[in-house]
Amino acid sequence: MLAKRIIPCLDVDHGKVKKGINFKNLVDVGSPVEIAAEYELQGADELVFLDITATLDQRKTMAETVEEVSKQVFMPLTVGGGIKSEEAMHELLQSGADKISLNSAAINDPELITDGAERFGSQCIVCAIDVKKDVGTGRYQVYSKGGTENTGLDAIKWAKKAVELGAGELLVTSMDCDGTKQGFDIDLYQQIGEAVHVPIIASGGAGKKEDFLDVFQKTPVTGALAASLFHFGELKIEELKKYLEENGVNVRR
Amino acid sequence: MIVAVDYGAGNLANVLKAFRYLDEEVSASSSPTTIRQADGIILPGVGAFGSAMDELKKRRLNQVLYEEAKAGKPLLGICLGMQLLFDESDEFGVHEGLHLIPGRVEAFPKDIDLLVPQMGWNQNVVNNEQSIFADVLDGSYTYFVHSYYAKCDQQYVVSYTNYGVKVPSCVEFKNVYGMQFHPEKSGEKGLEMLERFIERVDE
Repeated sequence: MLAKRIIPCLDVDHGKVKKGINFKNLVDVGSPVEIAAEYELQGADELVFLDITATLDQRKTMAETVEEVSKQVFMPLTVGGGIKSEEAMHELLQSGADKISLNSAAINDPELITDGAERFGSQCIVCAIDVKKDVGTGRYQVYSKGGTENTGLDAIKWAKKAVELGAGELLVTSMDCDGTKQGFDIDLYQQIGEAVHVPIIASGGAGKKEDFLDVFQKTPVTGALAASLFHFGELKIEELKKYLEENGVNVRR
Repeated sequence: MIVAVDYGAGNLANVLKAFRYLDEEVSASSSPTTIRQADGIILPGVGAFGSAMDELKKRRLNQVLYEEAKAGKPLLGICLGMQLLFDESDEFGVHEGLHLIPGRVEAFPKDIDLLVPQMGWNQNVVNNEQSIFADVLDGSYTYFVHSYYAKCDQQYVVSYTNYGVKVPSCVEFKNVYGMQFHPEKSGEKGLEMLERFIERVDE
């Protein structure tokens, strides 16, 4: 049986790992290679690198960082942030990335998902979706450009479309929960899990080990992502996995 | 020296990085001469079976690989590279493989509710205790990405992983080895397995 995945997310800016609270107020927490190696030791199952400011600043992504990390860390690496072309995907995959995460660019140009999937395989293409609940209607809406712009797209519909276009995995971030440490948005992942038949990674809101158990028990997500919780050592992955295993969740140990 | 076969099917870079991390001299090549001179051969591969075989044939590497393996040179196929070792595959029509291990490659059964591809960490159960990989594989999780799986006599199966069906995760026939998972993406355990292959090559 496949193990549920614990995935630290490294928000990278100018080659340094950062973590924003609700995508703002960045705090430097160090070198990508060192952090990645530490996470490998701790038992992380995958790593996600997000060039969080790339879309805003129209900057190129971080092939060099990926190259360095993949020389020393031997687990699946997903890279996202500011990737707008097949060529950029190719460059990052050549540098050592295993998967490419598309966010704003896929919203602007949905065919980018298909182009990437056809050329590199669906297993390489992750569609990242930043979601916020509309207070009035209770509907989940998709935000783009680092969570700054409401696209008006319905999150469940967009998730389905992304999968139809060829995305092999979805990385769904609840902006409402992100940084709050109050737990994952269970309702969101139940809805998306019913809508699509690909692996889903839950992101946003993890504050304690019980939150991970909750999302794995109540929703079909196969991975859970967190950043500051792990970066600041508030929760050790080893300890988290032990807890999950004791509570019947299949994890890699 | 170990040579990884470069035939335009998938990303070699991470396999090379893993060997270099282990301080093993390794190069990527599509030259029959270089491959024939190697002490050990890695056959990587991502993509579809038929087109990968076409790429090998275009470079006449199918023959080179067959002869070198039959002559006793250690050969390790990874992921699609493992599948190519078998007689044939059903992927997008029936395609002939390298005939280095008896067996065939088939799609996951449609009647089981599975996410395909199998993508993620799954646990290995050892079937052949005598294998050079057995103790490393025993109970360990490795990283898989695949939509097809091998069916072969259990004498060739070093380990299984369970994904609705019993998936041969590591296979072996004399000097020919195959791993359905990506050892270069399977952390410390994966590196240990590559180390075992290096030791086998150095024998």
